[in-house]
Amino acid sequence: MSTTSYALADTATMLRRNLRHSLRYPSLAIGAVGMPIIMLLLFGLVFGDTFSAGINGGGFDYLDFLTPGLLLMSIASGTMSPAIGAAVDMTDGIVARFRTMAIYRPAVLTGHVLGNVVLTVISLAFVIGFAVLIGFRPNASVVDWLLAAGLLILVTIALTWFAIALGLISKTAEGASNIVLPISFVLPFLSNTFLPLEAMPSGIRWFAEYQPFTPIIDSLRHLLLGTPASAGSGWLAIAWCVAITIVGYFWAQKSYNKGTAA
Amino acid sequence: MSAAIEALGLHKSYGDNVVLDGIDLTVAQGTIFALLGPNGAGKTTAVQILSTLITADAGQIRVAGHDLYADPDAVRAAIGVTGQFSAVDGLLTGRENLIMMADLHHLGRRTGRERADRLLEQFDLVEAGGKLAMTYSGGMKRRLDLAMTLVGNPQIIFLDEPTTGLDPRSRHSMWTMIRELVAGGVTVLLTTQYLEEADQLADRIAVLDGGRLVAQGTPEELKRLVPGGHVQLRFTSPEEFARAGQALSTALPDGDALTLQVPNDGSVNALRELLTQIEASALEVSELTVHTPDLDDVFFAVTHSDSKVAS
Ligand SMILES: Nc1ncnc2c1ncn2[C@@H]1O[C@H](COP(=O)(O)OP(=O)(O)OP(=O)(O)O)[C@@H](O)[C@H]1O
Ligand SMILES: [Mg+2]
Repeated sequence: MSTTSYALADTATMLRRNLRHSLRYPSLAIGAVGMPIIMLLLFGLVFGDTFSAGINGGGFDYLDFLTPGLLLMSIASGTMSPAIGAAVDMTDGIVARFRTMAIYRPAVLTGHVLGNVVLTVISLAFVIGFAVLIGFRPNASVVDWLLAAGLLILVTIALTWFAIALGLISKTAEGASNIVLPISFVLPFLSNTFLPLEAMPSGIRWFAEYQPFTPIIDSLRHLLLGTPASAGSGWLAIAWCVAITIVGYFWAQKSYNKGTAA
Repeated sequence: MSAAIEALGLHKSYGDNVVLDGIDLTVAQGTIFALLGPNGAGKTTAVQILSTLITADAGQIRVAGHDLYADPDAVRAAIGVTGQFSAVDGLLTGRENLIMMADLHHLGRRTGRERADRLLEQFDLVEAGGKLAMTYSGGMKRRLDLAMTLVGNPQIIFLDEPTTGLDPRSRHSMWTMIRELVAGGVTVLLTTQYLEEADQLADRIAVLDGGRLVAQGTPEELKRLVPGGHVQLRFTSPEEFARAGQALSTALPDGDALTLQVPNDGSVNALRELLTQIEASALEVSELTVHTPDLDDVFFAVTHSDSKVAS
């Protein structure tokens, strides 16, 4: 079909549109950097020694332990902006216009996702830079770094698609920012970001063990710090990302196309 | 000549609210078709269905020769839509909005920019072209909206209330623009609240009310649907008013306003005759107005007057 051959061009046009929006309305994107940096300062520097002393009888660097999880938290809180963006977009006349044009259908939402990937990569670079500045000392080869970067991008794509799907069913900006809270807030906290699984109370531990963030953080720690990861956590992390991407993608596209001539 | 838009038996309901209850319409290529109707009649709904934005519950539609349900993308490639509410990207400048449209029509960088700049000029937006569209006034947004619709040189254009909120000068230049487009072979389906606009522009008019098309035809055909014109005579004193009522026996009196409505087609001969009668009876007429039927009369005659906004 003729429109499919323009998939790349149309997606690029939508990406440009979203990047322009972010430049002109950057407050949400700044939030995605601010939160992990506050966490780094608070938990890494202020409480870090106390925490590491309490866990495993001390002797390990809490800032190193914490940073990989905070990268994920940065990704997670960054999903709020595309969720709101997509929700607001749908109420806006411009998307009605796009829907009456022969453009590659998934381009509008894919533009939101790719725009957010670009922003997230930038904010992750900030967070990593800041962490190194205050004492984060990763121990990773170039290949490890590349694998870690690939995993972070995969996570960003997955969580962004899912957040956009949630944003589309909520229809208002407020609704969208509330409905993504489980992703942007609950999952990062109820994971092994701040504490190793062994140190958690049993109820929370059970949840943390089986939710997607834990194997992802495990794999990141393994890649960046060389700590041992539980068997298969790398594949489990990738499987989670692929599954979340597929569900989020089709769910989001279905909402986007709802009610229009297919 | 083949039809640009053909719809048969369109039905659309929102819950219990039957909005379109069997609409048939045909728009010939290269003509202007105006859809009239009171608020909530379903004009926007009809435009949204014909422009692929929403689906009808039933009905067959062909636009630009393509079956709308079998090949919506072929329809989309042939049409341009300016909806009732602004469809511009507020966080982009006017020029960026136009260039985005050019990119989505795959015009190429050079051609796209040239077309964007030409449209900015044509729509008097050159100065505003570098400002964010959200800072535009309502009329400027409206003009940008239409300019964006024209970027892809559509064969068929849907305009949902294109001149609502425009000042008289902008409205007239919009009319000129629409006429030029049609002279170039484009087909236009527009909705409007201004009967004068339909009268000025449209080759055919359809009036939508209660989910059905209650009247359809050329402006002249529609005007023939309502009783002929009349002359209204106003008097200052009740005595004079009563005397005139006796002299002009066919007149319709309105005692409160002290006016008489005398049936009259407004031609010179008919007027001369009436004036002769007035002179013969030596009537003191304080004001005389000639009223020929216009689309307002048609509108009020064919649409239900149980409007909620009645004063
Ligand atoms: N998305 C929707 N959900 C529910 N009802 C709707 C929806 N869109 C329109 N309607 C209803 O359909 C009817 C027709 O609306 P529509 O917007 O087509 O009217 P219109 O003729 O364009 O009116 P106006 O002159 O005010 O623009 C109205 O009763 C409206 O409430
Ligand atoms: Mg309307």
